[in-house]
Amino acid sequence: MVTAEQVWNALAEIPDPEIPVISLVDLGVVKDVHVDGDNVRVEFTPTFLGCPALEVMRDAMAEKVRELGAEPHVDVVLDDSWSTDRITPQGREKLRASGFAPASPRQARPLQLVELQRGFRCPYCGSTDTNLENLFGPTPCRSVRYCNACRQPFEQFKTI
Amino acid sequence: MTERAQRLLEYADDELILGWRDSEWTGIAPSLEEDVAFSSIAQNEIGHARALYELAARDLGTTADELAFDRTPDDYRCAPLVELRKLDWAHTIARHWLYETADEVRLAALKQSDDPEVAGLAAKMDREEVYHRLHAEMWADRLRGEPRFENAVAELWPYALGLLSEELRTAFSERVPGTVPGTGPVERGVHSDELRPLWEEMTMVRRSVPGATW
Repeated sequence: MVTAEQVWNALAEIPDPEIPVISLVDLGVVKDVHVDGDNVRVEFTPTFLGCPALEVMRDAMAEKVRELGAEPHVDVVLDDSWSTDRITPQGREKLRASGFAPASPRQARPLQLVELQRGFRCPYCGSTDTNLENLFGPTPCRSVRYCNACRQPFEQFKTI
Repeated sequence: MTERAQRLLEYADDELILGWRDSEWTGIAPSLEEDVAFSSIAQNEIGHARALYELAARDLGTTADELAFDRTPDDYRCAPLVELRKLDWAHTIARHWLYETADEVRLAALKQSDDPEVAGLAAKMDREEVYHRLHAEMWADRLRGEPRFENAVAELWPYALGLLSEELRTAFSERVPGTVPGTGPVERGVHSDELRPLWEEMTMVRRSVPGATW
């Protein structure tokens, strides 16, 4: 019989399908795990609703639970519970090390464009002399920025 | 059909059809940044449509894909605003800005819903929509005062009103300077001629092999 801890550890081995340096647990998409005998229920709180990786994540979690010899039930939670604040401190460091600037913390009031234009730290050289090039990027979760100090474009996680 | 399923379908159809129209800029937008922006916005809107269809599908005993692709054009409940094919930048930005402004009003109301599933999903969608609004407002600020843009806003205003139920129209009108809430809204229910060609293209692959699992 599996324990919740074994399930959490197994889920922590699944890489994010699009940014494989970080695991699904580091990404914060596993909201909770319930074990009831041989049945394991994983509450999955998705990132962006239009993210094509969501189905890959769901299938990968079910597969990991099956490998532990249990019957998976992955429930998709369609509410406001996922936020970039759920990315773990280790996850943020791994993102930074691979050239993605982590998101700034979620605030109670809506974001203003002017707050996004300047001041985010470049993950390559650490300078804060960076500009917003595009609110949108190659995937729904990222914006594109440019570092004026090391002249390197980089991607920034959008705060949600 | 329940009132809830009907409202969910209206909203899902708005997001799906607008997402399709936004994606028509992929590859041909005026700059690479806007190509990426409209493609990404399209992806978000279609993701929202899927989540809304999934809630509706559970109520109706069907699937999100069947709702999105297996209905006839007359069964779609989207507002005519999102159907119009507007490959002109002034019109595109006018529609984008009007839609995102109306959508903010709609989401604010849905977040207060006493239906926890609807309120929860609206809160999640709103987090993503913040970026659409920032983008739309940036462009509207840039184009404000340009006759081509102002004319496009005036032309599309009655269509934009048709997105919202009557009780939300005053709040919407207050956000769009120079407009009045009752100016001849183009309501849901009668589609424009431009929906059918979109539908033909959107459902073509699925109709080619009915019942296939992709």
